Amino acid sequence: MPQIFHPSSNYLFKIVIVGTVLAVSALGYVLFQLGADSSYATRQGVAREQPVPFSHTHHVGSMGIDCRYCHSTVETAAYAQVPPTKTCMNCHSEIWVTSPTLEPVRASYRTDESIKWTKVHDLPDFVYFNHSIHVKKGVGCETCHGRVDTMPLMYQQNSLEMRWCLDCHRNPEKYVRPRQFITTMGYRPSEPQEVIGARLVKEYQIQKLESCYTCHR
Amino acid sequence: MRIKSIWKVAGVLGALALLGACRQDMHDQPKYKPLRPSDFFADGRQMRPLVANTIARGELRDDEAFYTGKNGKDEIDYFPLTVDKALIERGQDRFNIYCTPCHGRIGNGLGMIVRRGFKQPPSYHIDRLRQIPVGHFYDVITNGYGAMLNYSQQIQPRDRWAIAAYIRALQYSQNANINDLSPEQRANIPVSTKKEPGSETPHVPELPNFPEKPTLIPGVPGATPAGVKPGAKPVGPPAKPAAPKTGAAQ
Repeated sequence: MPQIFHPSSNYLFKIVIVGTVLAVSALGYVLFQLGADSSYATRQGVAREQPVPFSHTHHVGSMGIDCRYCHSTVETAAYAQVPPTKTCMNCHSEIWVTSPTLEPVRASYRTDESIKWTKVHDLPDFVYFNHSIHVKKGVGCETCHGRVDTMPLMYQQNSLEMRWCLDCHRNPEKYVRPRQFITTMGYRPSEPQEVIGARLVKEYQIQKLESCYTCHR
Repeated sequence: MRIKSIWKVAGVLGALALLGACRQDMHDQPKYKPLRPSDFFADGRQMRPLVANTIARGELRDDEAFYTGKNGKDEIDYFPLTVDKALIERGQDRFNIYCTPCHGRIGNGLGMIVRRGFKQPPSYHIDRLRQIPVGHFYDVITNGYGAMLNYSQQIQPRDRWAIAAYIRALQYSQNANINDLSPEQRANIPVSTKKEPGSETPHVPELPNFPEKPTLIPGVPGATPAGVKPGAKPVGPPAKPAAPKTGAAQ
Protein backbone atom coordinates (compact mmCIF):
# COMPACT_ATOMS: atom_id res chain seq x y z
CA MET A 1 0.00 0.00 0.00
CA PRO A 2 1.46 3.33 -1.02
CA GLN A 3 1.74 6.11 1.52
CA ILE A 4 -1.19 8.51 1.49
CA PHE A 5 0.89 11.61 2.28
CA HIS A 6 3.95 12.62 0.42
CA PRO A 7 6.79 13.73 2.78
CA SER A 8 6.27 17.32 1.65
CA SER A 9 2.88 17.27 3.40
CA ASN A 10 4.77 17.72 6.67
CA TYR A 11 5.26 21.36 5.75
CA LEU A 12 1.61 21.73 4.92
CA PHE A 13 0.62 20.38 8.34
CA LYS A 14 3.09 22.61 10.10
CA ILE A 15 1.70 25.62 8.30
CA VAL A 16 -1.83 24.60 9.19
CA ILE A 17 -0.94 24.17 12.87
CA VAL A 18 0.88 27.50 13.14
CA GLY A 19 -1.88 29.17 11.14
CA THR A 20 -4.50 27.77 13.51
CA VAL A 21 -2.68 29.06 16.57
CA LEU A 22 -2.37 32.48 14.96
CA ALA A 23 -6.02 32.47 13.91
CA VAL A 24 -7.16 31.50 17.40
CA SER A 25 -5.14 34.23 19.06
CA ALA A 26 -6.37 36.75 16.51
CA LEU A 27 -9.92 35.63 17.20
CA GLY A 28 -9.27 35.90 20.93
CA TYR A 29 -7.92 39.39 20.50
CA VAL A 30 -10.94 40.44 18.47
CA LEU A 31 -13.28 38.90 21.03
CA PHE A 32 -11.46 40.69 23.85
CA GLN A 33 -11.62 43.99 22.03
CA LEU A 34 -15.29 43.51 21.35
CA GLY A 35 -16.10 42.16 24.76
CA ALA A 36 -14.13 44.20 27.20
CA ASP A 37 -12.33 47.15 25.77
CA SER A 38 -14.37 48.48 22.90
CA SER A 39 -16.71 51.40 22.79
CA TYR A 40 -19.36 48.70 22.46
CA ALA A 41 -18.54 47.48 25.94
CA THR A 42 -17.79 50.85 27.54
CA ARG A 43 -20.73 52.35 25.62
CA GLN A 44 -18.55 55.31 24.80
CA GLY A 45 -20.21 57.66 22.36
CA VAL A 46 -23.52 55.80 22.41
CA ALA A 47 -26.47 58.13 22.97
CA ARG A 48 -28.87 56.58 25.44
CA GLU A 49 -32.61 56.65 25.07
CA GLN A 50 -34.42 58.52 27.83
CA PRO A 51 -38.06 58.77 28.92
CA VAL A 52 -37.92 62.42 27.86
CA PRO A 53 -35.44 63.32 25.10
CA PHE A 54 -33.72 65.97 27.21
CA SER A 55 -31.29 68.02 25.16
CA HIS A 56 -28.19 69.46 26.79
CA THR A 57 -27.49 71.21 23.50
CA HIS A 58 -30.63 73.23 23.99
CA HIS A 59 -30.44 73.87 27.71
CA VAL A 60 -26.70 74.43 28.04
CA GLY A 61 -25.73 75.51 24.56
CA SER A 62 -28.63 77.73 23.52
CA MET A 63 -30.05 78.79 26.88
CA GLY A 64 -26.71 79.14 28.62
CA ILE A 65 -27.95 77.57 31.83
CA ASP A 66 -25.12 76.76 34.22
CA CYS A 67 -24.57 73.06 34.92
CA ARG A 68 -25.14 73.68 38.60
CA TYR A 69 -28.64 75.04 38.08
CA CYS A 70 -29.79 71.43 37.74
CA HIS A 71 -26.85 69.46 39.09
CA SER A 72 -26.91 71.56 42.20
CA THR A 73 -25.16 69.21 44.61
CA VAL A 74 -22.06 68.75 42.48
CA GLU A 75 -19.97 71.07 44.64
CA THR A 76 -20.95 69.59 47.96
CA ALA A 77 -21.76 65.91 47.47
CA ALA A 78 -20.43 62.76 45.87
CA TYR A 79 -23.32 62.74 43.43
CA ALA A 80 -23.89 65.59 41.03
CA GLN A 81 -27.60 64.74 41.22
CA VAL A 82 -30.02 64.16 38.43
CA PRO A 83 -32.37 67.02 39.18
CA PRO A 84 -35.75 66.27 40.72
CA THR A 85 -38.81 66.89 38.53
CA LYS A 86 -39.40 70.10 40.45
CA THR A 87 -36.28 71.61 38.87
CA CYS A 88 -37.71 70.98 35.38
CA MET A 89 -40.95 72.58 36.48
CA ASN A 90 -39.18 75.78 37.58
CA CYS A 91 -39.33 76.74 33.90
CA HIS A 92 -41.71 74.22 32.37
CA SER A 93 -44.58 75.28 34.57
CA GLU A 94 -44.72 78.24 32.17
CA ILE A 95 -42.90 77.12 29.03
CA TRP A 96 -43.96 74.31 26.67
CA VAL A 97 -46.79 73.47 29.04
CA THR A 98 -48.77 71.64 26.37
CA SER A 99 -45.88 69.80 24.77
CA PRO A 100 -46.59 66.06 24.58
CA THR A 101 -42.86 65.39 24.86
CA LEU A 102 -42.91 66.84 28.34
CA GLU A 103 -45.95 64.89 29.52
CA PRO A 104 -43.83 62.42 31.55
CA VAL A 105 -42.37 65.41 33.42
CA ARG A 106 -45.78 66.84 34.23
CA ALA A 107 -47.09 63.40 35.15
CA SER A 108 -44.16 62.93 37.51
CA TYR A 109 -44.84 66.32 39.11
CA ARG A 110 -48.53 65.49 39.53
CA THR A 111 -48.10 62.00 40.92
CA ASP A 112 -44.77 62.40 42.75
CA GLU A 113 -43.46 59.37 40.91
CA SER A 114 -39.86 59.56 39.79
CA ILE A 115 -38.99 59.77 36.12
CA LYS A 116 -36.86 56.73 35.37
CA TRP A 117 -33.90 58.31 33.65
CA THR A 118 -31.24 56.07 32.19
CA LYS A 119 -27.91 56.55 33.91
CA VAL A 120 -25.33 57.37 31.27
CA HIS A 121 -22.14 57.69 33.29
CA ASP A 122 -22.36 54.50 35.32
CA LEU A 123 -19.22 53.56 37.18
CA PRO A 124 -18.88 50.02 38.51
CA ASP A 125 -20.10 49.68 42.08
CA PHE A 126 -16.64 48.80 43.33
CA VAL A 127 -15.44 52.29 42.45
CA TYR A 128 -15.77 55.16 44.88
CA PHE A 129 -16.18 58.45 43.10
CA ASN A 130 -16.90 61.87 44.57
CA HIS A 131 -17.81 64.82 42.37
CA SER A 132 -17.29 67.54 44.96
CA ILE A 133 -13.58 66.94 45.49
CA HIS A 134 -12.91 66.87 41.75
CA VAL A 135 -14.74 70.15 41.25
CA LYS A 136 -12.92 71.62 44.21
CA LYS A 137 -9.55 70.65 42.74
CA GLY A 138 -10.25 72.24 39.39
CA VAL A 139 -11.43 69.35 37.24
CA GLY A 140 -13.95 70.89 34.88
CA CYS A 141 -17.24 69.22 33.96
CA GLU A 142 -16.05 69.19 30.39
CA THR A 143 -12.85 67.33 31.24
CA CYS A 144 -14.75 64.12 31.97
CA HIS A 145 -18.14 64.66 30.38
CA GLY A 146 -17.00 66.35 27.18
CA ARG A 147 -18.78 69.11 25.32
CA VAL A 148 -22.15 68.51 26.89
CA ASP A 149 -23.41 71.63 25.15
CA THR A 150 -23.16 69.80 21.84
CA MET A 151 -24.98 66.65 22.91
CA PRO A 152 -28.65 66.56 21.89
CA LEU A 153 -28.95 63.26 23.76
CA MET A 154 -26.48 62.53 26.52
CA TYR A 155 -23.71 60.10 25.80
CA GLN A 156 -20.48 59.15 27.45
CA GLN A 157 -17.61 61.04 25.89
CA ASN A 158 -14.87 59.03 27.58
CA SER A 159 -14.37 55.36 28.25
CA LEU A 160 -14.47 55.73 32.08
CA GLU A 161 -11.99 52.88 32.19
CA MET A 162 -9.50 52.73 35.02
CA ARG A 163 -6.58 53.67 32.82
CA TRP A 164 -8.51 56.73 31.76
CA CYS A 165 -8.95 57.76 35.40
CA LEU A 166 -5.30 57.05 36.11
CA ASP A 167 -4.14 59.16 33.22
CA CYS A 168 -5.37 62.24 35.06
CA HIS A 169 -4.55 60.98 38.55
CA ARG A 170 -0.94 60.57 37.41
CA ASN A 171 -0.72 63.84 35.51
CA PRO A 172 -3.31 66.21 36.95
CA GLU A 173 -1.42 69.25 35.67
CA LYS A 174 -2.41 68.29 32.15
CA TYR A 175 -6.11 68.67 32.88
CA VAL A 176 -6.90 71.03 35.77
CA ARG A 177 -8.33 74.49 35.24
CA PRO A 178 -9.05 77.49 37.49
CA ARG A 179 -12.13 76.98 39.64
CA GLN A 180 -14.06 79.84 38.10
CA PHE A 181 -14.11 77.97 34.78
CA ILE A 182 -15.36 74.67 36.20
CA THR A 183 -18.60 74.65 34.23
CA THR A 184 -17.24 76.45 31.18
CA MET A 185 -17.75 74.56 27.94
CA GLY A 186 -15.01 74.94 25.35
CA TYR A 187 -12.56 76.28 27.93
CA ARG A 188 -9.20 77.40 26.60
CA PRO A 189 -6.43 78.10 29.08
CA SER A 190 -5.24 81.69 29.05
CA GLU A 191 -1.65 80.51 29.30
CA PRO A 192 -0.06 77.26 28.13
CA GLN A 193 -1.61 74.37 30.06
CA GLU A 194 1.79 73.25 31.43
CA VAL A 195 2.26 76.62 33.10
CA ILE A 196 -1.26 77.06 34.41
CA GLY A 197 -1.57 73.37 35.32
CA ALA A 198 1.62 73.29 37.35
CA ARG A 199 0.59 76.45 39.17
CA LEU A 200 -2.88 75.14 39.98
CA VAL A 201 -1.52 71.82 41.22
CA LYS A 202 0.48 73.80 43.75
CA GLU A 203 -2.23 76.31 44.56
CA TYR A 204 -5.04 73.76 45.01
CA GLN A 205 -2.67 71.28 46.67
CA ILE A 206 -3.57 68.57 44.20
CA GLN A 207 -2.05 65.24 45.08
CA LYS A 208 -1.26 62.48 42.66
CA LEU A 209 -3.45 59.82 44.20
CA GLU A 210 -2.54 56.53 42.59
CA SER A 211 -2.97 53.99 45.35
CA CYS A 212 -5.67 51.35 44.87
CA TYR A 213 -7.73 52.40 47.86
CA THR A 214 -8.19 55.94 46.59
CA CYS A 215 -11.02 54.59 44.50
CA HIS A 216 -11.46 50.97 45.61
CA ARG A 217 -12.39 51.38 49.22
CA MET B 1 -7.41 14.41 15.47
CA ARG B 2 -4.83 16.81 16.67
CA ILE B 3 -6.30 19.73 14.75
CA LYS B 4 -9.73 18.90 16.09
CA SER B 5 -8.52 19.11 19.69
CA ILE B 6 -6.92 22.46 18.97
CA TRP B 7 -10.29 23.71 17.76
CA LYS B 8 -11.92 22.35 20.89
CA VAL B 9 -9.46 24.23 23.08
CA ALA B 10 -9.96 27.36 21.03
CA GLY B 11 -13.72 27.01 21.34
CA VAL B 12 -13.57 26.62 25.13
CA LEU B 13 -11.20 29.59 25.44
CA GLY B 14 -13.44 31.71 23.26
CA ALA B 15 -16.50 30.81 25.29
CA LEU B 16 -14.63 31.64 28.50
CA ALA B 17 -13.61 35.00 27.11
CA LEU B 18 -17.21 35.76 26.24
CA LEU B 19 -18.44 34.62 29.65
CA GLY B 20 -15.80 36.73 31.36
CA ALA B 21 -17.10 39.83 29.66
CA CYS B 22 -20.62 39.08 30.76
CA ARG B 23 -20.03 38.80 34.48
CA GLN B 24 -21.34 42.06 35.95
CA ASP B 25 -22.04 40.96 39.53
CA MET B 26 -19.49 43.24 41.09
CA HIS B 27 -20.27 46.05 38.70
CA ASP B 28 -23.91 46.08 39.74
CA GLN B 29 -24.06 45.20 43.40
CA PRO B 30 -27.41 45.04 45.17
CA LYS B 31 -26.45 47.81 47.57
CA TYR B 32 -28.36 51.05 47.95
CA LYS B 33 -27.02 54.16 46.30
CA PRO B 34 -28.56 57.60 45.73
CA LEU B 35 -31.06 57.94 42.87
CA ARG B 36 -31.39 54.21 42.31
CA PRO B 37 -34.74 52.47 42.04
CA SER B 38 -35.90 50.15 44.77
CA ASP B 39 -38.34 47.27 44.71
CA PHE B 40 -38.70 47.35 48.44
CA PHE B 41 -40.05 50.80 49.25
CA ALA B 42 -43.49 51.85 48.10
CA ASP B 43 -42.29 55.02 46.39
CA GLY B 44 -39.77 53.01 44.36
CA ARG B 45 -36.77 54.98 45.58
CA GLN B 46 -33.72 53.88 47.47
CA MET B 47 -33.22 57.36 48.89
CA ARG B 48 -35.38 57.80 51.94
CA PRO B 49 -37.09 61.01 52.98
CA LEU B 50 -36.60 62.37 56.48
CA VAL B 51 -38.87 60.77 59.01
CA ALA B 52 -41.71 63.16 59.82
CA ASN B 53 -41.16 65.47 62.79
CA THR B 54 -37.46 64.77 63.03
CA ILE B 55 -34.54 67.13 62.63
CA ALA B 56 -31.14 66.10 61.39
CA ARG B 57 -28.18 67.01 63.55
CA GLY B 58 -27.09 70.57 62.97
CA GLU B 59 -30.25 71.32 61.05
CA LEU B 60 -32.30 72.87 63.84
CA ARG B 61 -33.59 76.06 62.27
CA ASP B 62 -34.50 78.02 65.35
CA ASP B 63 -33.11 81.36 64.20
CA GLU B 64 -36.29 82.75 62.70
CA ALA B 65 -34.77 85.81 61.08
CA PHE B 66 -31.98 83.83 59.45
CA TYR B 67 -34.08 80.94 58.19
CA THR B 68 -37.26 82.76 57.19
CA GLY B 69 -36.13 86.31 56.50
CA LYS B 70 -38.99 87.43 58.68
CA ASN B 71 -39.62 88.64 62.14
CA GLY B 72 -43.07 87.41 62.92
CA LYS B 73 -44.95 88.56 59.86
CA ASP B 74 -42.67 91.37 58.81
CA GLU B 75 -39.76 90.90 56.43
CA ILE B 76 -36.57 91.92 58.14
CA ASP B 77 -34.63 94.85 56.78
CA TYR B 78 -31.18 93.82 57.92
CA PHE B 79 -28.81 91.01 57.13
CA PRO B 80 -28.75 88.40 59.91
CA LEU B 81 -25.15 87.60 59.06
CA THR B 82 -21.97 89.51 58.38
CA VAL B 83 -21.95 90.97 54.90
CA ASP B 84 -18.47 91.24 53.49
CA LYS B 85 -16.93 91.14 50.06
CA ALA B 86 -16.61 87.35 50.16
CA LEU B 87 -20.33 86.96 50.82
CA ILE B 88 -21.27 89.34 48.01
CA GLU B 89 -18.97 87.52 45.62
CA ARG B 90 -20.52 84.23 46.65
CA GLY B 91 -23.89 85.86 46.00
CA GLN B 92 -22.76 86.93 42.55
CA ASP B 93 -21.64 83.39 41.80
CA ARG B 94 -24.94 81.88 42.97
CA PHE B 95 -27.01 84.61 41.34
CA ASN B 96 -25.38 83.93 38.00
CA ILE B 97 -26.18 80.23 38.30
CA TYR B 98 -29.73 80.25 39.64
CA CYS B 99 -31.25 83.67 38.96
CA THR B 100 -29.87 84.91 35.64
CA PRO B 101 -31.90 82.51 33.45
CA CYS B 102 -34.93 84.72 34.19
CA HIS B 103 -33.69 87.86 35.95
CA GLY B 104 -30.75 88.48 33.67
CA ARG B 105 -27.19 89.27 34.65
CA ILE B 106 -28.00 92.78 35.81
CA GLY B 107 -31.35 91.92 37.30
CA ASN B 108 -33.50 93.72 34.74
CA GLY B 109 -35.81 90.74 34.32
CA LEU B 110 -34.81 90.02 30.73
CA GLY B 111 -33.08 86.69 31.10
CA MET B 112 -32.91 84.06 28.39
CA ILE B 113 -35.86 82.05 29.72
CA VAL B 114 -37.99 85.17 29.75
CA ARG B 115 -37.10 85.77 26.13
CA ARG B 116 -38.32 82.22 25.47
CA GLY B 117 -41.72 82.89 26.97
CA PHE B 118 -41.50 82.78 30.75
CA LYS B 119 -43.48 85.48 32.51
CA GLN B 120 -41.25 88.50 32.85
CA PRO B 121 -40.28 89.26 36.44
CA PRO B 122 -40.04 92.89 37.52
CA SER B 123 -36.67 94.57 37.27
CA TYR B 124 -34.82 94.91 40.57
CA HIS B 125 -34.26 98.52 39.66
CA ILE B 126 -37.78 99.77 40.20
CA ASP B 127 -38.51 101.91 43.19
CA ARG B 128 -40.65 99.32 44.93
CA LEU B 129 -37.91 96.69 44.95
CA ARG B 130 -35.19 99.15 45.81
CA GLN B 131 -37.01 100.01 48.99
CA ILE B 132 -38.28 96.59 49.91
CA PRO B 133 -36.71 94.96 53.00
CA VAL B 134 -33.92 92.48 52.20
CA GLY B 135 -35.89 89.77 53.95
CA HIS B 136 -38.23 89.89 50.97
CA PHE B 137 -35.58 88.52 48.62
CA TYR B 138 -34.77 85.76 51.06
CA ASP B 139 -38.44 84.90 51.40
CA VAL B 140 -39.01 84.83 47.64
CA ILE B 141 -36.06 82.48 47.11
CA THR B 142 -37.33 80.27 49.92
CA ASN B 143 -41.02 80.19 49.06
CA GLY B 144 -41.32 81.41 45.50
CA TYR B 145 -43.38 84.35 44.30
CA GLY B 146 -45.90 84.60 41.49
CA ALA B 147 -44.74 82.43 38.59
CA MET B 148 -41.42 81.75 40.29
CA LEU B 149 -41.28 78.44 42.13
CA ASN B 150 -39.24 78.18 45.30
CA TYR B 151 -35.50 77.53 45.24
CA SER B 152 -35.26 76.14 48.75
CA GLN B 153 -33.77 72.85 47.57
CA GLN B 154 -31.30 74.37 45.14
CA ILE B 155 -30.04 77.26 47.26
CA GLN B 156 -29.04 76.84 50.88
CA PRO B 157 -29.97 79.52 53.49
CA ARG B 158 -26.58 81.18 53.69
CA ASP B 159 -26.39 81.38 49.90
CA ARG B 160 -29.88 82.93 49.81
CA TRP B 161 -28.61 85.76 52.00
CA ALA B 162 -25.54 86.03 49.79
CA ILE B 163 -27.81 86.43 46.78
CA ALA B 164 -29.92 88.99 48.61
CA ALA B 165 -26.74 90.94 49.35
CA TYR B 166 -25.71 90.72 45.71
CA ILE B 167 -29.13 91.95 44.56
CA ARG B 168 -28.57 95.01 46.74
CA ALA B 169 -25.17 95.44 45.08
CA LEU B 170 -26.80 95.12 41.66
CA GLN B 171 -29.39 97.71 42.59
CA TYR B 172 -26.65 99.97 43.72
CA SER B 173 -24.63 99.39 40.58
CA GLN B 174 -27.51 100.51 38.38
CA ASN B 175 -28.17 103.49 40.53
CA ALA B 176 -24.75 104.72 41.58
CA ASN B 177 -24.05 108.34 42.15
CA ILE B 178 -20.73 110.09 41.77
CA ASN B 179 -21.50 112.18 44.83
CA ASP B 180 -21.38 109.09 47.01
CA LEU B 181 -17.66 108.85 46.41
CA SER B 182 -15.23 110.58 48.68
CA PRO B 183 -13.14 113.39 47.13
CA GLU B 184 -10.08 111.08 47.13
CA GLN B 185 -11.96 108.35 45.32
CA ARG B 186 -13.26 110.84 42.83
CA ALA B 187 -9.75 112.07 42.20
CA ASN B 188 -8.72 108.52 41.37
CA ILE B 189 -11.27 108.09 38.60
CA PRO B 190 -9.29 107.77 35.42
CA VAL B 191 -9.88 110.73 33.16
CA SER B 192 -9.70 110.27 29.44
CA THR B 193 -6.80 112.27 28.03
CA LYS B 194 -7.98 111.82 24.49
CA LYS B 195 -8.31 115.26 22.99
CA GLU B 196 -11.67 116.20 21.64
CA PRO B 197 -11.45 117.11 17.99
CA GLY B 198 -10.82 120.81 17.71
CA SER B 199 -10.19 121.29 21.38
CA GLU B 200 -6.93 121.89 23.17
CA THR B 201 -8.06 120.81 26.60
CA PRO B 202 -8.39 117.13 27.47
CA HIS B 203 -11.91 115.79 27.65
CA VAL B 204 -13.12 115.73 31.23
CA PRO B 205 -16.37 113.98 32.07
CA GLU B 206 -18.87 116.30 33.66
CA LEU B 207 -18.35 115.14 37.17
CA PRO B 208 -19.88 117.90 39.26
CA ASN B 209 -23.13 118.04 37.37
CA PHE B 210 -24.58 114.78 38.64
CA PRO B 211 -27.84 115.18 40.53
CA GLU B 212 -27.68 115.16 44.29
CA LYS B 213 -30.14 112.32 44.56
CA PRO B 214 -29.80 109.27 42.36
CA THR B 215 -32.32 109.00 39.59
CA LEU B 216 -32.90 105.92 37.54
CA ILE B 217 -35.98 106.75 35.54
CA PRO B 218 -35.97 110.31 34.26
CA GLY B 219 -38.34 112.41 36.26
CA VAL B 220 -38.73 109.89 39.04
CA PRO B 221 -36.46 110.74 41.91
CA GLY B 222 -34.94 107.51 43.12
CA ALA B 223 -34.62 106.99 46.78
CA THR B 224 -31.70 105.57 48.59
CA PRO B 225 -31.95 101.81 48.43
CA ALA B 226 -33.44 100.39 51.54
CA GLY B 227 -30.89 99.13 53.95
CA VAL B 228 -28.28 101.64 52.88
CA LYS B 229 -27.85 104.30 55.47
CA PRO B 230 -28.02 107.74 53.96
CA GLY B 231 -24.53 109.10 53.89
CA ALA B 232 -22.97 105.65 54.25
CA LYS B 233 -19.74 105.72 52.39
CA PRO B 234 -19.63 103.08 49.73
CA VAL B 235 -16.22 101.71 49.06
CA GLY B 236 -15.24 101.44 45.43
CA PRO B 237 -16.71 98.70 43.29
CA PRO B 238 -18.10 96.25 44.15
CA ALA B 239 -20.20 98.58 46.25
CA LYS B 240 -21.14 97.46 49.67
CA PRO B 241 -24.87 97.45 49.39
CA ALA B 242 -25.97 97.59 52.93
CA ALA B 243 -24.70 98.45 56.30
CA PRO B 244 -24.05 94.98 57.63
CA LYS B 245 -25.69 94.19 60.87
CA THR B 246 -23.94 91.51 62.71
CA GLY B 247 -26.79 89.77 64.36
CA ALA B 248 -26.90 86.06 64.90
CA ALA B 249 -24.30 84.96 62.40
CA GLN B 250 -24.99 81.76 60.51
